[in-house]
Amino acid sequence: MFRRLWADDLSATIFLDGRPVLCRPGDSVAAALLAAGVERFRTTPVSGADRMPYCMIGNCFDCLMEIDGQADRQACLVTVAEGMQVCSQFGTGSFGTL
Amino acid sequence: MTVARTNCELAIVGGGPAGLAAAALAAELGVETVLFDEQPTPGGQVYRNIEANSRRHDALRDILGGDYAKGLALAERFRRSGAGYEPLTAIWQVSAGGKLGVSQNGKAYLTKAGRVILATGAMERPFPIPGWTLPGVMGAGAAQTLMKASGIVPDRPTIIAGSGPLTYLVAFQLLTAGAPLHGIIDTSEKGLFETGLAALPLLSSFAGDLLKGLSWIVALGKARVPFFRGRNLAAEGVSRLEAVSFDSGGRRHRLPASLLLVHEGVVPNNQITASLRCRHVWDVGQTAWHPQTDKWGATSTELIAVAGDGAGIAGARSAVHRGRLAALDAACRLGRISRTERDERALPERRAVQRENRFRAFLNSAYHPTEAVRWLADDTIACRCEEVTAGELRALISEGFTDINQLKSFSRCGMGQCQGRMCAGTVARLMSDSLKSDIESVGYYRLRLPIKPLPVAQLAELGNADRDSRPLLPVVEGDPSQRI
Repeated sequence: MFRRLWADDLSATIFLDGRPVLCRPGDSVAAALLAAGVERFRTTPVSGADRMPYCMIGNCFDCLMEIDGQADRQACLVTVAEGMQVCSQFGTGSFGTL
Repeated sequence: MTVARTNCELAIVGGGPAGLAAAALAAELGVETVLFDEQPTPGGQVYRNIEANSRRHDALRDILGGDYAKGLALAERFRRSGAGYEPLTAIWQVSAGGKLGVSQNGKAYLTKAGRVILATGAMERPFPIPGWTLPGVMGAGAAQTLMKASGIVPDRPTIIAGSGPLTYLVAFQLLTAGAPLHGIIDTSEKGLFETGLAALPLLSSFAGDLLKGLSWIVALGKARVPFFRGRNLAAEGVSRLEAVSFDSGGRRHRLPASLLLVHEGVVPNNQITASLRCRHVWDVGQTAWHPQTDKWGATSTELIAVAGDGAGIAGARSAVHRGRLAALDAACRLGRISRTERDERALPERRAVQRENRFRAFLNSAYHPTEAVRWLADDTIACRCEEVTAGELRALISEGFTDINQLKSFSRCGMGQCQGRMCAGTVARLMSDSLKSDIESVGYYRLRLPIKPLPVAQLAELGNADRDSRPLLPVVEGDPSQRI
């Protein structure tokens, strides 16, 4: 649904559900995933509906994902880091760290 | 690792035009200032990623235009000012006593400020229509953020719907970027002709702005982007957006689309002032709540001021001046400048604010969002987090729920992860319509801390940190036993 205006400097790699995604250092996780064609970021706890980011500035919480083992991270506010492990969040997400 | 700041004279929350201008001026006046911001670089949403975008990528500079480029000077002055800067940092509480809850790099800490300027800016007004939770529906501002932050643009059939200047600016920017724009649906109540007539008296002082807006519309027309005046919008699709339907010219239209960008103006991001229970007023012209402030941005809460769009929407240019007014007042209260100096330095800033207010009054009347955001079919989701529909809320109200917080706890509307950010305005309007009462008596959600979700582990560690931060004993050189 999206493309990058320039494809230079895609030098960072994060992993979405184990699959590598190339991104530009400085991207937010949400931006990098949208550029890679990801549309389902999470499903809702109530009906299980798919969600994709709506606001991209930290207000809508529809970009919630499990990032490096922590659920409920706002993917639009997290900057990519090399090797970051990102998982789609289903429902309330799992809390492996508790 | 970043060292937690235990205190500062002035804390500023938000790195957009108001926050940057306030921080720069306060620091220049000798106030020990720290700016906290969720973004990685200065600029807020309006000047998002301004430093990197100014250095490279001619293509993006052409797309975003000259107004965006003006943000660089603001960021540079802030960088030179000596103000402290804490990017990628969430503020999860602000207390009336000036204590800030900070979360940064996986750690939470508390810091105490002598004065706080909230420069949390605006957010796009949530625009609840049937199907607006489907993947493929986003805010127009979200698409603009993708362009600014990462040079990412839509490449599938895109439709922009809504009202207000940003609708046309984003449409123009996407067109320039080569995005496949398959339609613009203008939901504003007044036609372009009426809007143009209303703007005539402003021509002498705001000719530049008005011509700029006109040039976007001309460019979009030349590119033959289909244009509709429409209402009763719906996003259609099973598991993602497939089409956009709307009423226009006496019939229902249906346009296939992969991406629908919606925009019904912006509203103050008042989560912190609402959590502080600062006095708020309902702005009829802007159809939004904002904290009540004096001419320096001071709120009804002693140590707290608000600058920029967070105090009422007036745009980026005004935000710069309102940021400086709040900074001057802070510097005066903190003893750096006299009242006389504050008042003298404030004169040009105040004149600039007044000038911008005249233009804003025109925009408010031209792009009043009344009908477009009021029309809520029973099956339309009001609360995206808990998936509560307008019909469920109306049913509860008809059963006798007359208090917005009572409605919240029974329906769970506003109790999800976004903590009411996306539904509070909608629910207040819905209640006021259903109860036929004014919106002031409906009021606003009572918010609970933390205002940003915080991992339990961070809170737990904070408990220890807070105990550790009792005043330290003075350190005496030499024998540790000699410490008193």
